[in-house]
Amino acid sequence: MWARAVRFGLRSWVAWRRGFTSKADPQGNGRVSAQVIEHLERLALVDFGSQEAVARLEKAIAFADRLRAVDTGGVEPMESVLEDRCLYLRSDNVVEGNCAEELLQNAHRVVEEYFVAPPGNISLPKQDEQEPFSYN
Amino acid sequence: MAAPMLRGCCLARRGALACIDGGSRRGRGAAIGCRSSGKRGRSSVAQQSLITAQKSGKGEHAWAAVVGLEIHAQISSNSKLFSGSQVQFAAPPNSLVSFFDASLPGTLPVLNRRCVEAAVMTGLALKCHINKKSLFDRKHYFYADLPAGYQITQQRLPIAVNGSLEYSVCVGKKRSQVITRTARIKQIQLEQDSGKSLHDELRSQTLIDLNRAEGQLRVDANISVHHPGEPLGVRTEVKNLNSARFLARAIDSEIERQINELENGREILNETRSFDCKLGCTIPMRDKEGKQDYRFMPEPNLPPLLLYDTASLPPGADPQQVINIDRIREQLPELPSETREQLVQQYGMLPEHSFTILNEVGLLEFFQNVIKETRAEPKKVTSWILNNFLGFLKQQNLAVNESPVTPSALAELLNLLDRKAISSSAAKQVFEELWRSKGKTPSQIVSEKQLELMQDGEALNQVCLAVMEEHPQVVLAMKRGNPRAINKLIGLVRKATLSRADPTVIKEILEKKLSS
Repeated sequence: MWARAVRFGLRSWVAWRRGFTSKADPQGNGRVSAQVIEHLERLALVDFGSQEAVARLEKAIAFADRLRAVDTGGVEPMESVLEDRCLYLRSDNVVEGNCAEELLQNAHRVVEEYFVAPPGNISLPKQDEQEPFSYN
Repeated sequence: MAAPMLRGCCLARRGALACIDGGSRRGRGAAIGCRSSGKRGRSSVAQQSLITAQKSGKGEHAWAAVVGLEIHAQISSNSKLFSGSQVQFAAPPNSLVSFFDASLPGTLPVLNRRCVEAAVMTGLALKCHINKKSLFDRKHYFYADLPAGYQITQQRLPIAVNGSLEYSVCVGKKRSQVITRTARIKQIQLEQDSGKSLHDELRSQTLIDLNRAEGQLRVDANISVHHPGEPLGVRTEVKNLNSARFLARAIDSEIERQINELENGREILNETRSFDCKLGCTIPMRDKEGKQDYRFMPEPNLPPLLLYDTASLPPGADPQQVINIDRIREQLPELPSETREQLVQQYGMLPEHSFTILNEVGLLEFFQNVIKETRAEPKKVTSWILNNFLGFLKQQNLAVNESPVTPSALAELLNLLDRKAISSSAAKQVFEELWRSKGKTPSQIVSEKQLELMQDGEALNQVCLAVMEEHPQVVLAMKRGNPRAINKLIGLVRKATLSRADPTVIKEILEKKLSS
């Protein structure tokens, strides 16, 4: 059953990967361009930080690409591993909330029961402003 | 997070072109809202309209504008879409927030049954196809009022698709002609709401309240222009539209701006703009990020949402855990279009009047109560309600339920008028008095002010004779066929009877006298 799930899951996974790798790796040499890394860093707020990290990403993509060897023609993609489960429907009753004090204890700064955040998003520094680290 | 919301899908990815209205100059998508508290809902509408470019210098090159609306409507429920915390307007900040709403690690979404029913009901009312299987997705972006870093929505396969809504528009010089238009609904989806942010410019900080449930109806518009027959143009999104009037003006100004830019050889950027009501135009809003990449992915914690109808209901299923579309369809209240049709059929009402009656809160009920208690013709009732009653309400800025005149009072007045106990001008006087003095019935006012019509035909005859004798020149003019003469005589008789005679009866008597 697990094998079946894997097979079913492959199609959408592979299709995604295919799209990704063709965008990331137009030359097909397994390298992810600096442009894509920058885009990913901005979208996901991760910091690749080193060439090693990028290399690891490239290895992961190459590993996933091996899924293309599987023929998934005519196989329905799996939406999630839960797709055979029943979605539980909760009755419309109020059963929680009213714990502002507890929640606010987690916050670094509060003002009168509001969480405090910086004004708007703080944009990432541009590539040239970052710590020198070259993607080659 | 999350007040439950219904979200109707926007024209974002193009595609949804609705009917092209060949004859009209301009048309717009209609805003459709589903009011409910809880998670936000959106329903969207797309309509294409044809406008001719204003600049005569460039020749008559027709432009077509395509407008799509994303409407966020809050679902009316006790608890939120994915958690059991309360939905309530204006509660203390963060008091209606559960651990899930605060996106604490380890918490999971649990779907509220009532929200699903509301979504299905909305889809049915808007003639959508209900998807028996729909899926939840995550839409990722970073903002302080979205602690999870993503919003659970239904992007791939929403709960309802391909609906439509008919609405009416007043056109013509005097806006007296009413035509019906149809707006297409691309999709309706359930989604979470984000929190509320209060920007404190002074201290350079933002205060976050994760309660949601603001009881709002919000609309964003997506607008593009193109020449008919050519591919669709680049669209812009206009946000922060707070009223229907601003919505219309913003769309108009954005269409004009885009046409202007394109005709001057410039390009339209795919950006988000907001409407500046003082300037009367749209201005760019978001940062120069360009298009947002939301990295949509399936929500791993929610299996597909399955709906059933009576035919497909699994036997022995727990009724709490299954939703039957047919049952929900039975529970649909009478929709406005049905009610309007009924009014037209039953009372011979003009369609545009049926719209007016339904558009004013409480007016339909008021109208029906008057009809129940009066013998007067329905058309008379309609006329009094729409002209006199509504006129007074608007003048004094009152809602129907704040009216000092009750349906019974109006019914009584119309009865007096119907059996010719008073003239129509007297009725208007009485009506005015009803607005001013509380508690008096029309009959009381009539007797106080002595407004009863003269019932004594012989006495009226005498008055007419007397007036005719006193004004021989006017009688002569009348005999010569001067139409204004008879009106003058009628006026004189009315004055003589202290307005207690029916002008039509007077006219009859005078004409009879003349011919004799």
